[in-house]
Amino acid sequence: MAKRTPLYDAHLKLGAKIVDFGGWDMPLHYGSQVEEHHQVRRHAGVFDVSHMAVVDIAGSDSLPFLRHVLASDVDRLKTIGKAQYSLMLNPRGGVKDDLIVYLAGESRYRLVVNCGTAAADVEWLREQSGAFAVDIAPRPDLAILAVQGPEALARVRAVACAEAGAAIDTLSPFSAAQVGTWFIARTGYTGEDGVEIILPAEKAVDLWQRLLAVGVAPVGLGARDTLRLEAGMNLYGSDMDETTSPLTANLGWTIAWQPQDRDFIGRAALESERQAGPRQKLVGLVMEARGVLRAHQTVTCDGVAGQGEITSGTFSPTLGYSIALARVPVAFEGTAQVDIRGRQVPVTIVKPCFVRHGQAVVNQE
Amino acid sequence: MSELPSELRYLETHEWVRNEGEGIATIGITDHAQDALGDVVYVELPEVGSTVNAGEEAGVVESVKAASDIFSPVTGEVIAINEALEDAPETINDSPYGDGWFFKVKMADPAELDGLLDADGYREAAGE
Repeated sequence: MAKRTPLYDAHLKLGAKIVDFGGWDMPLHYGSQVEEHHQVRRHAGVFDVSHMAVVDIAGSDSLPFLRHVLASDVDRLKTIGKAQYSLMLNPRGGVKDDLIVYLAGESRYRLVVNCGTAAADVEWLREQSGAFAVDIAPRPDLAILAVQGPEALARVRAVACAEAGAAIDTLSPFSAAQVGTWFIARTGYTGEDGVEIILPAEKAVDLWQRLLAVGVAPVGLGARDTLRLEAGMNLYGSDMDETTSPLTANLGWTIAWQPQDRDFIGRAALESERQAGPRQKLVGLVMEARGVLRAHQTVTCDGVAGQGEITSGTFSPTLGYSIALARVPVAFEGTAQVDIRGRQVPVTIVKPCFVRHGQAVVNQE
Repeated sequence: MSELPSELRYLETHEWVRNEGEGIATIGITDHAQDALGDVVYVELPEVGSTVNAGEEAGVVESVKAASDIFSPVTGEVIAINEALEDAPETINDSPYGDGWFFKVKMADPAELDGLLDADGYREAAGE
C-alpha cells in the first residue's frame, strides 16, 4: 500500500486529486493547478511535503563524514542554522540525490532528501560511515509544510507563537531556527520567499488548518512542479540522476573544489570531466509559439552536430507560454528546434531560470 | 461520478458527439477527460474545410500535465471550429459539453452515430 502523510485525510476533505508520487499518495491539485500556481506567485500557498525525508546526522565525526559524502563543503556552515544545497555523488560523479543540509547544532546536521531516493540514501550513508563515529537517524516522526509566496512570512507569523514569529523576523535566506517543536527554515522550491517548517507529525494537521484559516491556499504537487521549473530548479530523477554529472546538470556551482585535499566521493571523476570539458550542458528553452514542451522531446540546433533532449517541460502559468530544461551539446546556442509530434518548432535557448519573485527573468544564454 | 449527458454519443477515447440535426455534428471531450487532463492550456483543432475520418486523429489537447490526441467520432467535412478556445482553453475545463466544444462536422453518413457508445456504454468503457 502507498504511504500517506499525516495530512492525507485533510487533502481528501479539500477534494484533492490524489496521485502516486514515489510510492506516496500525494495531492496533485485541489481543483486547478494553474490557480494554485498563481496563488503562490501572488499571495501565499502551503504544500504538504512530508513525503520528503529528514535524516539527522550526529556524532563526533559528523563534520568529516559529511565532507566525505557530500560535494559541497559543510565546513563552510559556520553558524548554527545555516544551510547548503548539496549533492550526494556516486564514485563515477553521478548524482545519487540532491538535498539541503543544515548545521543543526554542535556536531549535528540535518539532511532533507527526496522521497524516492530516501531509503537508498540512508543505506548509502550507512555503508560509507564505517570508519566514522556518526549516528544516522531517519526521522519518519516528522512532517514538513512549505509555505511559499510573497505573503508567506506574514501569514506564518500570524499563526506562530511569539518566539517563532520573532525568529522568522530575523531569519536570513537559507538558514533555519529551532523554536520549540518547529524547525523553521527560510528555504523553498518555488523561487518565492517563504519557509519550510519541519515539525512533529502529530502537529501537522493543526498547523495546516491554521494556515488555511488565515488565507493560505493549499497547493498540490502539480503546481510545485511548474513553480520550480519556472524558477529553474532541477527535479531529481528528471533533470539529473545517477547517470548524469552535476557539470551537465547546471549544478557545478554546488561543488566545493577547494580545499584541494578534501577527498569527497565522486571528486576524481568530476576532476577528469572538468579537465576534458563537459560535452553537454543543461539550458533553458522558451517556446512562444503555441504548444507545450514535454520531457524527452528531441532538440536540434542548425549547424551543430548532435542532439539534445528535454528533461522537464511545461506550460508556464506566469509567462503564458511553454518553458523547458534540456540537456544539449555544449555548442548549442541562440535558437534551436524541438520535435513536437513530427513538427520542428523553434525555441530560444536561455539561462535556466525563468521567473523569480513573481517577475519574468528570461535571459538569452 | 462525472457528468454524462444521455443525449450524446461517445468514443472510448473520451470524445463526445452531439447530433445537431440536418447532418451536422458537434464534437468535444467529456467531463471525465477534462478532469483527468487537468487545466487545459492549448488545443490544436482541424482546419475548416478539411476532412476528418471516424476514429482518426483530428487534433490535440494539451493540459499542464499531458498532451492527448483528439479522435473524430464521425467522418465528414469540418464546417466550424471553436476559435474562442485559442484565447480561453480553460473553457474546456469549465464547460466541456457547452462552450468548450471543439469542432462541427457535416457528416458524410449520419448513420455512423448509431455505432457509437451511449452514456452507459461510455461509463463502462471509461471504467467510471
